[in-house]
Amino acid sequence: MTSPRANRPLLEVDGLRVEFPTRRGTLVAVDGVSFHIDPGEVLGVVGESGAGKSLTGAAIIGLIEPPGRIAGGRVTLDGRRIDDLPYEEMRRIRGRQIGAVFQDPLTSLNPLYTIGRQLVETICTHLDVTPQQARARAITLLQEVGITAAERRIDHYPHQFSGGMRQRVVIALALCANPRLIIADEPTTALDVSIQAQIIALLKKLCREHGAAVMLVTHDMGVIAETADRVAVMYAGRIAEIGPVRDVIKRPKHPYTIGLMGSIPTIGRNVERLTQIDGAMPRLDAIPPGCAFNPRCPKAFDRCRGERPEAMAIEHGQVACWLYANGRMGER
Amino acid sequence: MSEAARAVPAAANGPLLAVRDLARYFDVSRPLLNRLIEGDRRQILKAVDGVSFAIARGQTLSLVGESGCGKSTVARLIVGLYTPTRGTIDFEGVDLAGLSRTALAPIRRRFQMIFQDPYASLNPRWRVADIIAEPIRAHGLIAGADAVRLRVDELLRHVGLAPNDGDKYPHEFSGGQRQRISIARALSSNPDFLVCDEPTSALDVSVQAQILNLMKALQREFGLTYLFISHNLAVVYYVSDRVGVMYLGRLVELAEAKTLFARPQHPYTRMLLDAIPDLEMSGRARIPVAGEVPNPLAPPTGCAFHPRCPWANERCRSERPELKATPTGAAACHAVEERRLPDARVVAPPALPS
Amino acid sequence: MATTSRDLARPPTRNALRRALDSDIFYSFRRSPVVVAAAIVTLICFIGAVCAPWLAPHNPFDLKTLNLIDAFTPPAWMDEGTRKFLLGTDDQGRDVLSTIMYGARISLAVGFFSVLFAMTLGVSLGLISGYVGGALDAFIMRVADVQLSFPAILIALLIDGLARTTLPRDVHDRVIVYVLILAIGITGWVQYARTVRGSTLVEKNKEYVQAARVIGRHPVAIMARHVLPNVMGPVLVIATINLAIAILTEATLSFLGVGVPPTQPSLGTLIRVGNDFLFSGEWWITIFPGAALVVMVLAVNLLGDWLRDALNPKLR
Repeated sequence: MTSPRANRPLLEVDGLRVEFPTRRGTLVAVDGVSFHIDPGEVLGVVGESGAGKSLTGAAIIGLIEPPGRIAGGRVTLDGRRIDDLPYEEMRRIRGRQIGAVFQDPLTSLNPLYTIGRQLVETICTHLDVTPQQARARAITLLQEVGITAAERRIDHYPHQFSGGMRQRVVIALALCANPRLIIADEPTTALDVSIQAQIIALLKKLCREHGAAVMLVTHDMGVIAETADRVAVMYAGRIAEIGPVRDVIKRPKHPYTIGLMGSIPTIGRNVERLTQIDGAMPRLDAIPPGCAFNPRCPKAFDRCRGERPEAMAIEHGQVACWLYANGRMGER
Repeated sequence: MSEAARAVPAAANGPLLAVRDLARYFDVSRPLLNRLIEGDRRQILKAVDGVSFAIARGQTLSLVGESGCGKSTVARLIVGLYTPTRGTIDFEGVDLAGLSRTALAPIRRRFQMIFQDPYASLNPRWRVADIIAEPIRAHGLIAGADAVRLRVDELLRHVGLAPNDGDKYPHEFSGGQRQRISIARALSSNPDFLVCDEPTSALDVSVQAQILNLMKALQREFGLTYLFISHNLAVVYYVSDRVGVMYLGRLVELAEAKTLFARPQHPYTRMLLDAIPDLEMSGRARIPVAGEVPNPLAPPTGCAFHPRCPWANERCRSERPELKATPTGAAACHAVEERRLPDARVVAPPALPS
Repeated sequence: MATTSRDLARPPTRNALRRALDSDIFYSFRRSPVVVAAAIVTLICFIGAVCAPWLAPHNPFDLKTLNLIDAFTPPAWMDEGTRKFLLGTDDQGRDVLSTIMYGARISLAVGFFSVLFAMTLGVSLGLISGYVGGALDAFIMRVADVQLSFPAILIALLIDGLARTTLPRDVHDRVIVYVLILAIGITGWVQYARTVRGSTLVEKNKEYVQAARVIGRHPVAIMARHVLPNVMGPVLVIATINLAIAILTEATLSFLGVGVPPTQPSLGTLIRVGNDFLFSGEWWITIFPGAALVVMVLAVNLLGDWLRDALNPKLR
């Protein structure tokens, strides 16, 4: 690996399981997900809708909506277990140590307060500063996220900002208390392409400067390729493959990742027909036994249908696929 | 019957669809009373303002642009969901804009639309077979319930579904399957022309590939002509023969797809191309373009793109450029016309004056 | 059961039944004992009222069977009571239980048909208002606003009074039930119209309606076949709750003496007539019809409340 793991990782997720009890039985939305994020690292979590990627992020910051609940596994931040903390303590960790950026900037900002008030309140909650200092810090943050005339704009309401500018404000809000980890859930999905590029560049730059690690949840491989150091590919609530971003994109191992990469149209690549994965991701109430991908997998064999593959170590990462069991490299 | 209808001799070699100076304004003023009391002026949103293009039979023209550029409004104008404020829409030489609802009916059969949101485009209370058969019944194309059902079964197979899926309701299907149903409905009246408004942007990538492959296969099989609306340039590259780039209600560049992506002319096209995340990980340094799309209610003077354009000069700020032929196609840009621009994707633009 | 190949291709109705029994609505129904009880009570009231001629122990309007000697008999469990008249008799010797059943029949009929009338009127106007928009929409909605500024009972009284003064007495007595249906129905349409208009404004911009427009369907067909089925959910909720209100309005009018005449009494008429004897000791003549009214209205209301919650995904 390029960056040797100096000390312990910043975030460790081990066997995370998120369940939704319904009257027709319990749905397992996240099933045995394990990964870690090193300090200052950007981990991309990619997957199609319903893969459980957003829920994984929500579980880490303790924002699973009831009746959903964390049913197993542990989440450790900086050596401290955080998945079983009472609400009040978790609230203090949110914002102070973990910042969050969501898809829709409108839901992250209270429309009734000026952005300045929201920034100052957040800063005062988490840091020991006077309101004047907090305001000064808020202005600095707004300048950092690229809002011109921050001294004036700080007293504006969220609706006076455009979508891209609002997302910048949300990033400033997430950075208020200098958190060590930022969870960004589809931060660019609601934005236009040109704005998307601006926000990605901004997120990268700020995390480098502040030394924050990022868990970037998105469905867009392009965003991951631009931003992440490592990437975890999720399918039906499980991690199919995890590894350095270049390896996963250029030389995907899991048949799902291979299909996913082939199905993305690319400018300059002239193909008559895109690779397609037939079928659709199973509903949560109908996840097949064995490997969840086996009904759609062109290489599935008997073992895939009966036995669930655990993450198996390969060169730089891990892949949950029987094709790679016992050191085999993708051969049956 | 449909053979006879197809054999319209007029303009057989001309484009299937030609749009000239198409415009649609929306009155978004506040109510009269508020305007009188608060002294507001009338506010007119020029969603589409003078767009012209033509689509040859069997080809795909794509319109791309960011939200609010008017590309969806163009789609809705062509299928008749909006009436144009100005301009003509010629379908095989017949101007649709002047026709009444009844006069339009026989032509309607020949163009259909595929919508963006597969969860909203199918009536949740109808069975799939009825949804697909709606155009057949509305135009009285096939007589007899059994014959209609046979046709529906055939359409379901065409789009990769099973005939007994016709008895289910839309909520029993995934997003990709619903989009297949939507396509089957569009095909049921044997159309020549399909308007596809962001047909895959609500779908996951692996499903998007299925739908794009299906649409291309159907185009070959039935000789369909597509107007494809999308904000995803990679998808547009994959499906299109020609591409039009829109910005604030106007077409800024129009060219063959391969040419447009290889040698973009208009600065906005260049910016769009540069903004696409690089999946090839070539390490190409991207220059994120500053600024955002301006308020369409108060568009900038001259060229609407000038506040964000690194090459804008005095002429760009005062005089609106028209779409003019270039070596690669057509572009609406003074800088392109005056050959002030460096070759595309080679030289970095000068820094924006702040 | 003979099954043809055609039946195999179509899902049998058993499927539809199973789907209904498996649905979330039925589930939430089963889960709430109060709602089940309300449904049973409503059903009993409904059957008792509709089948009164066959189920009632006496025909209180058959003068041949009436005997003034039976007048003022108290309920069966009291000292002077007899099992012949379970809930006692009134001043003319009519069996109170039977008059309640016949009265509920009229109350329910007036309630049901006035709701149906209000619903038809309101849904049509709301649909047109929302789908067509423009000046027509503004006009219909202003009319609704004006009507809302009057209390419903006032409008019902107005229409009823109008009919009373313009029609001859005998004609009036014959058509009074229809007049009541009209009067109560007119007071209720606004709520449907507003609700349907709101939902129509949402639905008409959905892509399936636009798809139908692209296909070239006639606007009336789009309204009836596409929009209408998708705006009916909240309408059913309002209709259920309004059924209770309509029954009460009818009872109020009859209690005030402007409703159905005592020769064909509804529950409201019975309460009014019995009211005179309340303080002379014959309490059962008014209390039992009153109790029947309360139970019926309460049960229907509970059903309506449940339906509203069950159909509203936000509250689930």
